Amino acid sequence: MIKINNLNKWYGDFHVLKDINLEIKTGEKVVVCGPSGSGKSTLIRCINNLEQYQEGEVFVDSVEVQDMQTNIEKLRMDVGMVFQHFNLFPHLNILENLTIGPIKSKGLSEDEAKKRALNFLEKVKILSEANKYPDQLSGGQKQRVAIARTLCMAPKIILFDEPTSALDPEMVKEVLDVMMDLAKEGMAMICVTHEMGFAKNVADRIIFMDEGRIVEDASPNDFFENSTHSRVREFLSQIL
Amino acid sequence: MLKDYRKKYFNDLESSVASLLIFCIYFFIIGYFFNWLIIEGVWVGDASVCKSSTGACVSFLKEKLVFILFGVYPREFLIRPILGIIILILGWLHFTKKKNWNNLLFFKFLALMFIYILLLRGFNDSFVPTSKWGGLPLTLLLSIVGIALSYPVGIFLALARTSNQLIPRYLSIIYIELIRGVPLISILFMSSVLIPLFLPDGVTINKLFRAQIAIILFSAAYFAEVIRGGLNSIPKGQWEGAKSIGLNYFQIIRLIVLPQALVKVIPPTVNTIIGMFKDTSLVIIIALFDLMGTTKASMTDSKWLGFSVEAYFLCALIYFIICSKMGKFSKKVEQELQRGH
Repeated sequence: MIKINNLNKWYGDFHVLKDINLEIKTGEKVVVCGPSGSGKSTLIRCINNLEQYQEGEVFVDSVEVQDMQTNIEKLRMDVGMVFQHFNLFPHLNILENLTIGPIKSKGLSEDEAKKRALNFLEKVKILSEANKYPDQLSGGQKQRVAIARTLCMAPKIILFDEPTSALDPEMVKEVLDVMMDLAKEGMAMICVTHEMGFAKNVADRIIFMDEGRIVEDASPNDFFENSTHSRVREFLSQIL
Repeated sequence: MLKDYRKKYFNDLESSVASLLIFCIYFFIIGYFFNWLIIEGVWVGDASVCKSSTGACVSFLKEKLVFILFGVYPREFLIRPILGIIILILGWLHFTKKKNWNNLLFFKFLALMFIYILLLRGFNDSFVPTSKWGGLPLTLLLSIVGIALSYPVGIFLALARTSNQLIPRYLSIIYIELIRGVPLISILFMSSVLIPLFLPDGVTINKLFRAQIAIILFSAAYFAEVIRGGLNSIPKGQWEGAKSIGLNYFQIIRLIVLPQALVKVIPPTVNTIIGMFKDTSLVIIIALFDLMGTTKASMTDSKWLGFSVEAYFLCALIYFIICSKMGKFSKKVEQELQRGH
């Protein structure tokens, strides 16, 4: 599904991503963790072209992301994204937030998009708020709306960029529950997060990054019990 | 009720003194004005009666009202500009109602302006050339058409200036800085004096049209800067959220960025509109007689010399009423459109 070859990226002189090689199969659930500033978010943002890279290749369904021929809007419809700060549209109500993508970029009819939106709102348990505006919702509710917005695009994979980092502690669980349900239904995802409980339960693989490199790529069991890398053990001892 | 007022204005010595002082000043100003206009004012009588009085010469205003409002527009067709102003007022009442803010509004507006111009112009036997247009209808025409056309141009310039495409960006910067660097008067002058020099013999462009173009080009630069402020205030996350659901650049601009940016800058936008409305009075220097022009011209009648205060007062009153209506409306739009934040 996603294949990354020798990816290198610089911010000016700062080398953020160093020789990243990664392959993610259809339906796979991957958690990316590591200390802050290690390039986790930058890596997943390269996958849907929110960041440009200077060297290497990123393929989504064997289409190269930065190729001039690539229809990037079409690619983004297959690769959903959920952001740390939700990025809902404050001038649109919840229902409109969900239908604008399917109507405008996928060309769905208004009725169809609405039906789909209501279905997903019910799934994230927020149906009663459909006519409110984002600023009237709590952080946890906003993030669930953002997840529903992505689901409405029927993506093949969803990128989660620290989805619970901006939430009050008591709201983290409601968002994680929704994400876990999605994972159980077989939705492929790459999730940048510090929620190790979620990683243990859901991930097929855990990728650990440090200073722009992938240091470890292992199953949850190996990652938590048997890691030989001192950086990984240090990180785990700080976070658990 | 009375107790509230007492507490508000006379709670302690300081506020009592301040309140009394301010009441006295108000009282003095209002009393002076009342005396000038009503008690000492000359409402009936000719110039000689006015001259012997210290009050306002209302007779002069009565005599010159039609001229100040409509300039030298042929008197036999006067009903047409009056009708025009009535339909503009009706249009204003219609457009400022929230329930009418839909996609049809734009076409209704176009139809309204078309009818307005047609009323002023007439055809065949009843044709009135633009050189005879004047007063309030002219001021309204220049301002409304000016705003309606320069606002979209301003949006376009602001988008160009904030885009990451080098050529549009620099063209936009050069245009905006050039226009903002010169006074409106000089642009009006250029449009009326210089442009005809470059045109081949026999080709003329209507003076009103040239002034209108100058006003549009001028205020577009100011709108552009106001709108740019709005564009810059939209967080990057809005772009990213919109991109992530597959919207392209133009959809993001039209559906996500502009609707938020334009609402955020309503107060400075209205500021620009009001400034521009008053700036149209500068067309007097290229011999177009807008409301300000007719006001000035009304003072030159040798039978009625020396009543400039009255004339300016009437003119200011009309400008004030229109500007305050716009200010009120902007407040309403802001309340209706701004959500949360």
